[in-house]
Amino acid sequence: MNDAPPLLQMSSITKTFPGVTALADVNLVVRTGEIHAICGENGAGKSTLMKILSGVHPYGTYSGDIVYQGEQVRFGDIRASEHAGIVIIHQELALVPGMSITENIFLGNEPRRRGAIDWKGARRRVVELMEQVGLKEDPDTLIKDIGVGKQQLVEIAKAFAKDVRLLILDEPTAALNEADSRHLLDLLREFKRQGITSIIISHKLNEIEAIADSITILRDGRTIETLDVRVDGVNEDRIVRGMVGRELSSRFPDRTPAIGEVFFEVRDWTVRHPISTERLVCKNSSFNVRRGEIVGFAGLMGAGRTELAMSLFGRSYGVWLGGHVYKDGKEIQLKSVADAIKHGLAYVSEDRKAIGLNLLDDIKSSIVAAKLSKISRHGVIDQVKEHRVAEEYRNSLRVKAPTVDEGVIKLSGGNQQKVVLAKWMFTDPDLLILDEPTRGIDVGAKYEIYGIIQRLAEQGKGVIVISSELPELIGLCDRVYTVFEGTITGNVPRRDADPELLMKQMTSTKKMPTP
Amino acid sequence: MSRYQDLKKNLFGGTTSNARQFGMIFTLVAIVLLFQVLTNGLTLTSGNLIAVVSQYSYILILAIGMLMVIVAGHIDLSVGSVAAFTGIVVAKAIQQFDLPWPAAVAFGLLVGVVIGAWQGFWVAYVGVPAFIVTLAGMLLFRGGNQFIGNADTVPVPQGFRTIGAGFLPEVGPDTGYNNLTLLLGLAACVAVVWREWRARQVRQEMSAEPTPMWVSGVRLAVMVGVIVFATLRFAGGRVGTSLPVSGIILAVLVLAYSFYTRNTIGGRHIYAVGGNARAAELSGVKLQRVNFFVMMNMSVLAALAGMIFVARSAASGPQDGLSWELDAIAAVFIGGAAVSGGLGTISGSIIGGLVMALLNNGLQLMGVGSDLVQIIKGLVLLLAVALDVYNKSQGRFSVIGSIMRPFRREGPPVAAQAESRDETDKAPAVG
Ligand SMILES: Nc1ncnc2c1ncn2[C@@H]1O[C@H](COP(=O)(O)OP(=O)(O)OP(=O)(O)O)[C@@H](O)[C@H]1O
Ligand SMILES: [Mg+2]
Repeated sequence: MNDAPPLLQMSSITKTFPGVTALADVNLVVRTGEIHAICGENGAGKSTLMKILSGVHPYGTYSGDIVYQGEQVRFGDIRASEHAGIVIIHQELALVPGMSITENIFLGNEPRRRGAIDWKGARRRVVELMEQVGLKEDPDTLIKDIGVGKQQLVEIAKAFAKDVRLLILDEPTAALNEADSRHLLDLLREFKRQGITSIIISHKLNEIEAIADSITILRDGRTIETLDVRVDGVNEDRIVRGMVGRELSSRFPDRTPAIGEVFFEVRDWTVRHPISTERLVCKNSSFNVRRGEIVGFAGLMGAGRTELAMSLFGRSYGVWLGGHVYKDGKEIQLKSVADAIKHGLAYVSEDRKAIGLNLLDDIKSSIVAAKLSKISRHGVIDQVKEHRVAEEYRNSLRVKAPTVDEGVIKLSGGNQQKVVLAKWMFTDPDLLILDEPTRGIDVGAKYEIYGIIQRLAEQGKGVIVISSELPELIGLCDRVYTVFEGTITGNVPRRDADPELLMKQMTSTKKMPTP
Repeated sequence: MSRYQDLKKNLFGGTTSNARQFGMIFTLVAIVLLFQVLTNGLTLTSGNLIAVVSQYSYILILAIGMLMVIVAGHIDLSVGSVAAFTGIVVAKAIQQFDLPWPAAVAFGLLVGVVIGAWQGFWVAYVGVPAFIVTLAGMLLFRGGNQFIGNADTVPVPQGFRTIGAGFLPEVGPDTGYNNLTLLLGLAACVAVVWREWRARQVRQEMSAEPTPMWVSGVRLAVMVGVIVFATLRFAGGRVGTSLPVSGIILAVLVLAYSFYTRNTIGGRHIYAVGGNARAAELSGVKLQRVNFFVMMNMSVLAALAGMIFVARSAASGPQDGLSWELDAIAAVFIGGAAVSGGLGTISGSIIGGLVMALLNNGLQLMGVGSDLVQIIKGLVLLLAVALDVYNKSQGRFSVIGSIMRPFRREGPPVAAQAESRDETDKAPAVG
C-alpha cells in the first residue's frame, strides 16, 4: 500500500433531514488514482454523501470535515466543488434534450471570443473530448436523438470539459445495456491510467467486483467497512454481507410455480413509432400469459419491449395499427389507460421519476393514485382509509420513510420504486407488467421485490417482467420471450433458458420455432 | 422540536404549501394591524369591512377558479373580459326580454358555460396553450362586450342588484345587530368546533400521534375569536346592512371548492395533472377532461363574478373587469401556488386575495393615489414570490420560517429541498 496522503478524506460526516438521519458519523478515504466504489442498500446514504462532497448540500448543512488534496474544503455550491476538480454525474442525467451534443457539453461553460460564443473553438474541443470518451457521433446531433448510453458519455465529456480530477458517478450503468456498461467501465479504467480518481456508486455488484480498487460499504447511514480489493479478495457475496449485515444465501426466493391456463393473449400486435410513419416498433407480436405465470421479456435496449407494453396499456405509446387482445377468451378493447386499468392491467414504468410518480405528492396519495375509486364513495375520498392502505403497503413492502405523509421526492431511489410498485399492486391487477422493476435497487430489496412478484403469481395473477438483466429473467421467470427490433423472436421455457441461447435470440431476426 | 414548530406543524399540517400559508396568515394579520394603526382604526370598522367584502368578493371568486387553473398547469388571462362580456349580455337580456333576476343569473351562468366550453375545447382537445387561448379570449370577449353594448353602459333593474349590493334582511327581535348575520356567525363557530373534533377523531383512527390538546385549544380559541369578532362587526353596521350577499356567495364557494379540491377524486386529478401530466395519464386520469373542466369552471366563475360586479355597480359598462385577471393571478401566487402547477390551495389563494384587498383598501383609506397603490401592489407580489423562491432554494419552506430563524437556537436550516432543486424547483419561469 502506498503511504501518500489520500486525495480525499471525509470524516465524521453527519447529515440530518427533518425526521431522518441520512448519515451518522461517516468516514470515507479515497486514494489518488483509484476507483473507489460505494455500496449500500437503498437509502443507506450513498447519494447524500456524494451530494455533500460535491456541494449540492452546501457547507453548513452537515457536520464533519472534508479534506481534499491536503486542504480542508467547505464547498458552498456545485461551482465551488467543480472549481476544485470534483465533478458529479447524477443518476438522472442533466442534459437538455433539444440541444446538440456541443451545446450541452459547454452549457454554462461556453468558450467565448470577444464576447460572443466561440462555436468553432467549442466544436474543435468537443471532437477532442468525444474522442477521449469514445463517443462516435456528429457533435451537432441532438441529445434526444442518441441513446442513454451515449448520453451518459456526453455527461462524462462534459465533466472533462471542466478539467476533472475526481469524477463521481452515481449509478451510471443503471440505465445502460451490457455493451454500453462495459464501454463505460473500460473508460473508467482508462481514466485511472491517466491519473483521474473516480468514485462509483452502483447496485450492480458484479461491476463493482470487476472494477473497484477499494469499496466502502454504508449501512443505515453509517460506515460499515472499507475493503481493499487487492488485500481482502472481495467477491459479490462478501459485499452483500457487508451491505445487509448477514449472509444472503440465494438471490431468488424459493417458489414452486402453480401455472394455470392461458388467460391473456395478444395477437398480431402492430404499432408504429409516434413520429416517423414508416418505423414499426412492434411487428405482428403475439404472446400469451397463463395464470400464475411469470413471463419475461428479454431484449436489447431499444428492442421495443417498453413500447409493446405501453401500447398495450391503453395505447399510451405510438400509433396502433392492428392486433387483438383477449382476456379469459374474450376480446377486450384497451383504448385508454382507464380501459386498461378496468380490465385489470397494470404497468409499472421503467422511468419512475419522469412518468411513474408525481414528485410533488406524498407517499400515501401516490400509492392510491391509480385507483382512487377504491378508497372513495361518491367521488369523495376517505382519508382514513387512504392512510390505512398506505400504511399497510409501507409495512409490507418495507418502504423506508418515517410516515406515509412524507413527500416521495425525499425517498431514495429504491424506496420510490417500492412506492410505484405499491401504487400498481393497489389496483389489484390480473396482469401486472413490470418494466425494469429492479433498476437501481439494492440486493436486499431486489430479493423482496422478487418475493412480491412471486406472491402475486401465487395468487393466480399473471406477471410480465421486462428486464435487461438476463440472470434476473432466468432466475425469476417461468418463460422468457425474446424481442429483437420489434419482433418476438423466441419463446423459451425456464428449463431451456440460459444466457447464451437468450442472447442469440435477442440479436437475430430469425424467428425460432416455439417449443 | 420547539413549541413554535409544534404549533406550526399542528396548525397547518406542516406541508410546504401549508407552511407557506402560515406565513401568509401572519402577513395578513400584520397588514390589518398596520393599517388599523395607520388609519386610526378605520380599517376594522363595520362600514369598511362590509365595503371590502362587497368590493373584492368577485376577485376572490375568480381566485378560486384561477387556483384550479394554475394547479393544473395553465393560466387564464381572459377572466376579466369574460366577466365583462357576461355582464353586458345579461344586462341586455334583462333590458330586452324583461327576465326576472333568477332567470337572468341562470342565463349568465349558461353564457359562462358556453364560453368555458369554447376555451376548454381549444386548450384540452386541440392542445393550444391556455396562455394563447385566453389571450385571444381576452381580446375576443372584450371586443364582444363593446360590440354588444355599443361601448356604452347598460343599467340593470333593482331585483338583479341583490347579488352584488344586497344584504341580509332584518328579522326577529331588535338586538341592535343584524340577526341573520349573528346566526351565520354562530353556525360558523359550531362548524369550526365540530371540524376540530372530527379532525382529532380522524387522527385517532389513523392512529397517528394525536394533536396535543393545548394546540387544539389554541387553534379553536383563535378561530372562534376571529369569527365572533367578524360576526359582531358585520352584524353591527348601519341598520339595513349585514354580511353582503356577495360575501355569502363567496363563502359558500370557498367551502365547496376547498372540499372539492381536497377531498374528491376530481380534485386529486387536477393536482395530479399539474404535478406530472404523463404520470397522471398513465394512472388513468383523463387529461383532456381535467383540462377542459378547469377551463370551463374558470369561465363559469368569471361569469358569476361579472354578474356580481354588474349588480353592485347597477350597470354593465365597457370598462368592467379590466385587469381582474391580474388581481386573481396575483392572489393565487401570493397564496403559495407554484408557477409550474401541481401545488397550491384554495384557502391560500383566498388569503393571498385578502392580502391584496386589504392592502388596496388600507392605502385608499390613507388617501394614497391609485398610481402608488399599483406600484406597491406590484412590489408586494414580486417580493412575496421572490422570498418564497429564495426560501426554497435555501431549502427552507416558509416565509415566516426565515423571519423567525435568527431567533431560534436550534440547528442549521434544513436543506430538505436542496436535492430537489434540479428536478422540481418551482422557480417562476416564463411560459
Ligand atoms: N431531500 C431529502 N429530504 C429528506 N430526506 C432525504 C432527502 N434526501 C435523502 N433523504 C433520506 O436520506 C436517506 C439516504 O438517502 P440517499 O438518497 O442518500 O440514499 P442512497 O443510498 O443513495 O439510496 P439509493 O440506492 O436508493 O439511491 C434516505 O432515508 C432518504 O429518505
Ligand atoms: Mg442514490
